[in-house]
Amino acid sequence: MDFNLSEEELEFKQMAREFAEKRLYPQAEEMDEKAETPKELIKECGELGYLGFTVPEEYGGMGFSSTAFAGVLEEFSAACAGFGILLSVHCSLCCEIINLFGNDDIKKKYLPPMATGEKIGSYCLTEPNAGTDLVSISSTAENKGDYYLLNGTKTFVTNGGLASVFIIFAKTNPDEGHRGLSCFVVDSNLDGISIGKPEKKCGIKASDTREISFVDVKVPKENLLGEEGNGFRMAVTILNSGRIGVSFQAIGIAQSALNETIKYSKERKQFGKPLAAFQALQFKMADMATRIDASRLLAYRAAQLKDAGKPCHRETSMSKLFCSQTANFVANEAVQIHGGYGYMKEYAVERYFRDARVTEIYEGTSEAHRMVISKDLLKD
Amino acid sequence: MLQKIHHEYREKIRAFALEKIEPLAKSIDEEQRFPTEQLKPLAEMGLMSMVIPEEYGGEPIDTISYSIAVEELSRVCGSTGITIAAHNSLGAFPILKFGNNDQKMKYLPRAARGELIAFGLTEPEAGSDAGGTKSIAIRDGDDWIINGSKCFITSASHAMATIATARTSDNPKEKDITSFILEKGWEGYSVGKKENKMGLRGSDTASLHFDDLRVSDEYLLGKIGEGFKQMLITLDGGRISIGAMALGLAQGALDCALKYAADRKQFGKPIVANQAIQHKLADMATEIEAARLMIYDCSERKDAGIRFSRYSAMCKLYASEVGRRAAHSSMEILSGIGYYTGPYPVERIWRDVKLCEIGEGTSEIQRLVIARDLLASLKKV
Repeated sequence: MDFNLSEEELEFKQMAREFAEKRLYPQAEEMDEKAETPKELIKECGELGYLGFTVPEEYGGMGFSSTAFAGVLEEFSAACAGFGILLSVHCSLCCEIINLFGNDDIKKKYLPPMATGEKIGSYCLTEPNAGTDLVSISSTAENKGDYYLLNGTKTFVTNGGLASVFIIFAKTNPDEGHRGLSCFVVDSNLDGISIGKPEKKCGIKASDTREISFVDVKVPKENLLGEEGNGFRMAVTILNSGRIGVSFQAIGIAQSALNETIKYSKERKQFGKPLAAFQALQFKMADMATRIDASRLLAYRAAQLKDAGKPCHRETSMSKLFCSQTANFVANEAVQIHGGYGYMKEYAVERYFRDARVTEIYEGTSEAHRMVISKDLLKD
Repeated sequence: MLQKIHHEYREKIRAFALEKIEPLAKSIDEEQRFPTEQLKPLAEMGLMSMVIPEEYGGEPIDTISYSIAVEELSRVCGSTGITIAAHNSLGAFPILKFGNNDQKMKYLPRAARGELIAFGLTEPEAGSDAGGTKSIAIRDGDDWIINGSKCFITSASHAMATIATARTSDNPKEKDITSFILEKGWEGYSVGKKENKMGLRGSDTASLHFDDLRVSDEYLLGKIGEGFKQMLITLDGGRISIGAMALGLAQGALDCALKYAADRKQFGKPIVANQAIQHKLADMATEIEAARLMIYDCSERKDAGIRFSRYSAMCKLYASEVGRRAAHSSMEILSGIGYYTGPYPVERIWRDVKLCEIGEGTSEIQRLVIARDLLASLKKV
């Protein structure tokens, strides 16, 4: 099944798979154990164009569609989900928001170095007291004429320790709800920014997650992205990209977990026959594969709608909700079929199980997506 | 079902667990360290000798109380839960049940004082198929020479002795499997590398290797050829304790989610004010209660001497799945912060509880045990 992908899109998926096989699979276990991504790997991805995959060519990128990028994300995440999210946050959130809402000056300044990977982006939206509830964001950006004075704390910041560019959401008018929210492109070397220690996580350990605080950071006025008060609308628009990104991350994890399980079930013998000969396990694998196929269809539909510029909130939410549940279902069954070995770190399914868990949590929890979907169903 | 003594016992164990076990739970997971310093207080509480009669230095309690103890320990620390469950059900129990008086006198008082006994059944090639054991014991005069490897053995590095199965014939049939008590420190007995596990990282899991290990008949447990049957009987009881462990972990996950949901505010109200969260909590609590009843019911059957293997498989199967779902829901309620290692116990619980669906028989094996028993009852009618 090709999900109506163009030849070019399939080709990129194949190239990404080859890169993943050569560079990601062999070190994914070590990246998890050490909880870091080698800088070299980021550099290589930059040189190959993956970090600017969806950035327009005029700004130094490859100019490809979200649908083409989806295949890359899936293949990278299949090998190392922690690396997949680095790429997704950098491309789908950071590059994309600058490209969609920035003026020419800001695009010229930031997109070319981001497209090559010289600068990595980090997306600072969530706060300790503002998770699903974005309107409660309490970071502030006070308009001082030539600059904005930024104060606040952001949490769960992916790429926090690697990034040179922070996309930061803060209230320019704290008295207004979502209309008071604005978005800024902030250089990480400005005075007053402090970056916390890497957070210890259950999975996607190769990905760098931090808390970032801002105390009286002077952000030049030209680094306001779009217009004052437009931050909420921008955040909501860009959520579609993030959800598609996590959908394909989840599909990648699930596919790898299934592949490992099929392989293991043919090799491992108990009671004088391979596990694959037991009907209960055959049916488990059938369910795993069916859910993965359904996930791919939902996710590619979402990506294609987005590329076509059509409204797709409901579809991206459905995709993210379902794909993340699939990844958890599949990874759990994969561990189960591996038995004791599945609980040990020598076997990749142990990592897939931990990695899959986050896909139901970030880029909106499953509950947040059910809110989006049901709101859309019940409108009017 | 529950008597006043059970409620009082739970309070006693809960207080002990909060004071002595819970404070170490986070660090032993992070450092992947087996807390030997806990063994003495655990023994003093009688938790190392729950199945050992007084004449062998134990403080025997009924099986419901035993389940309560494992539940309350696991509620704060899964690693301690499995160490205790394995020691009592899989280490001390078979010696008591199948050992001769000399063996009981030799090992049970030490076990009661806090020296661990391990259970060496699983092998690299014999997991669910425990009858496929490759370890072999060959007669040499009056002795046996044992060769083989065991894997995923709980408390392997710290146990004073292991009850290990080996084939006593070339003919690989279940009736040719025999159990031996093998002591750490004997020539030919070595502990392999520590396993790097997803969870229960404060419990000691390693492989054991027997190389030309010479042992006399004194260390044969029960009779030649009874090993497989002994193991099945042992696992029947052990499964209750793994069910209790999963139950405790599930309760710990619910404790954590409930408190967080009441404290955490989003959209100007505590998240527990949302119906979706309330219903999630309700489902968790309902499933936990059902699992608890199954475990206590099975515990009563065991003490009443009624055949209970179907019921121990059922309570282990159900409680371990409830445990996974409860941990999953709890992490869902905590969301981002729940995925972090450290700030809340739920991330650890989520990793720990997965083992309950695998250890002492995977869920698939429990279903096999249950189905076989169902079919056997059909034939009787």
